[in-house]
Amino acid sequence: MRAPRLLSFALLLIGAAVVLLPFYWMVSLSFKAPDEIFTPTLDLWPNALRWQNYAAALSRTNLLLYLWNGTVVCAGILVFQLLFAVPCAYALAQRRFRGRTLVFGLILAGLLVPFHVTAIPLFLGLARFGLIDTYAALIVPFIASVFGMFLFRQAFAVMPAALFDAARVDGLSEFQIVWRIAFPLALPAATAFGIFSVVAHWNDLFWPLIATTSPDLATPPRGILYFRDRESGDDVGPLMAAAVLVVAPMVVGFLMAQRAFIRGIAAGGLKG
Amino acid sequence: MRLNRSVREGLTDLLLAGPATAVMVLLIFLPVGIVAVLSFTDYQFGAASFRWVGWDNYRAILADPFGRRALVNTLTYAAITIPASISLGLLVAIGLHGLTRHQPRLAAVLRAVYFLPVAATLVAMAVAWQMILHPTLGLVNQALGAAGLEGPSWLSDRALVIWTLAAIGIWQSVGYNMVLFLAGLAAIPPHLYDAAAVDGADRPWDRFWTVTWPMLGPVTLFVTVVTATSAFRVFETVATLTQGGPAFASDVLVYAIYREGFVYFKAGHASALTMVFFALVLLFTALKFRVLETQVHYR
Repeated sequence: MRAPRLLSFALLLIGAAVVLLPFYWMVSLSFKAPDEIFTPTLDLWPNALRWQNYAAALSRTNLLLYLWNGTVVCAGILVFQLLFAVPCAYALAQRRFRGRTLVFGLILAGLLVPFHVTAIPLFLGLARFGLIDTYAALIVPFIASVFGMFLFRQAFAVMPAALFDAARVDGLSEFQIVWRIAFPLALPAATAFGIFSVVAHWNDLFWPLIATTSPDLATPPRGILYFRDRESGDDVGPLMAAAVLVVAPMVVGFLMAQRAFIRGIAAGGLKG
Repeated sequence: MRLNRSVREGLTDLLLAGPATAVMVLLIFLPVGIVAVLSFTDYQFGAASFRWVGWDNYRAILADPFGRRALVNTLTYAAITIPASISLGLLVAIGLHGLTRHQPRLAAVLRAVYFLPVAATLVAMAVAWQMILHPTLGLVNQALGAAGLEGPSWLSDRALVIWTLAAIGIWQSVGYNMVLFLAGLAAIPPHLYDAAAVDGADRPWDRFWTVTWPMLGPVTLFVTVVTATSAFRVFETVATLTQGGPAFASDVLVYAIYREGFVYFKAGHASALTMVFFALVLLFTALKFRVLETQVHYR
């Protein structure tokens, strides 16, 4: 009985080592000097912790700008997604109106559409308005989140109607009810959705590659590729340091709020 | 007074649900319609006009052996990734589920480790993989060299490249599947195992096939669909590591959409690629909603 348990434990550890390998190697290279990297012998860990690569990554590229762009784009997308999705979800869950089933049907249908399918017409539309290569081009295509509408509707639907009736008796308008009562009560759903949205757009490469051409608008993944392609591979240390800095916000966020991260990302499976 | 009130209520509904409905139609459904129409044209970005070409774009993608490679490579990638990622995810989940009883802290740490690639920025991690897989200086080939073996060119060998990309895809997605399987395992009532033991199924292997596997059925179906649709969407690793090369050996649908549409500006051709990709995803997603329907109860 003990032997199988020990075997499964050993296999789990080996698997975990494989999973960690690229993280480990990335961090290790980010501290190595060039002569340590370009040797035929294998050094698993740098001789000393050198921060030069990080200084080089920050000074020779616009890495801080890329990180800032990523922050602006993710925050912009999330704010607009919430502004549109939350009131609509509340109306669908707690009010009766004509077209209610139609709107909910559209949301369910929208869940089936991967973003990539809409890319070509969205590019045409943005180009028509001269918005290509702007922050707007990076944000606008994502403001209608059917996934957010769905998630919030499910959260609002299980809240007792009496709660909202009481608020109406107290003289609150429907919009005050949405933002001061319903939304705070749906905080678990909001957290899950927020994490899903930020992780998805921080990590996205497809749309930034299409919608922007100027390096000044690069989001972190796009920026990493600018850096790599310019240095043509002989500056591994700073490149790895840049990679570490791009990955760090998501990894640190995940390690600090594991439960919320897992719930948010797992829920994303509902989206097509 | 009464009419006034119903008008006011209607206006409130419109203000609450109207904007979201409008942007949803504008940013999702209208574009789907446009891309479907464009797929039957030879439209190029920036061109003044276009011609109807019927099914020509689709014929070029589906019938021509050269044009078909994006679809074939995508299906190959999916055929490698899906079974491997699901079975590894299940194995890790079963291992961790057992470990939780004896070493809950350690199990929690390992769970975090396995999930890490799901949250990490794939493009940056792909750059790290590029270093690990470097033909001469990479960790993998140096280790193989130390063992007296000659390591291949993982990303520039035409026969190997799709396997290498699939391996990275598996590395990235196992943690996601593990999390869903862990939830599924936690939901199995322990008394089922007692009942199975009474019926003579007391070895781990028997317990798995009589209780665990049947009880995980819905989770497995859900995991399969999610893994499949994300395998069809593979883009980041291809764009970062191979750009569809060498000689289109790793050209996949979403990368082909990007290249044909936004590098060569062949919007018509790229639209047809988009519709083929959409059909593939739709096939699997529809299946997922059939499953969810039996479990989620809408009000």
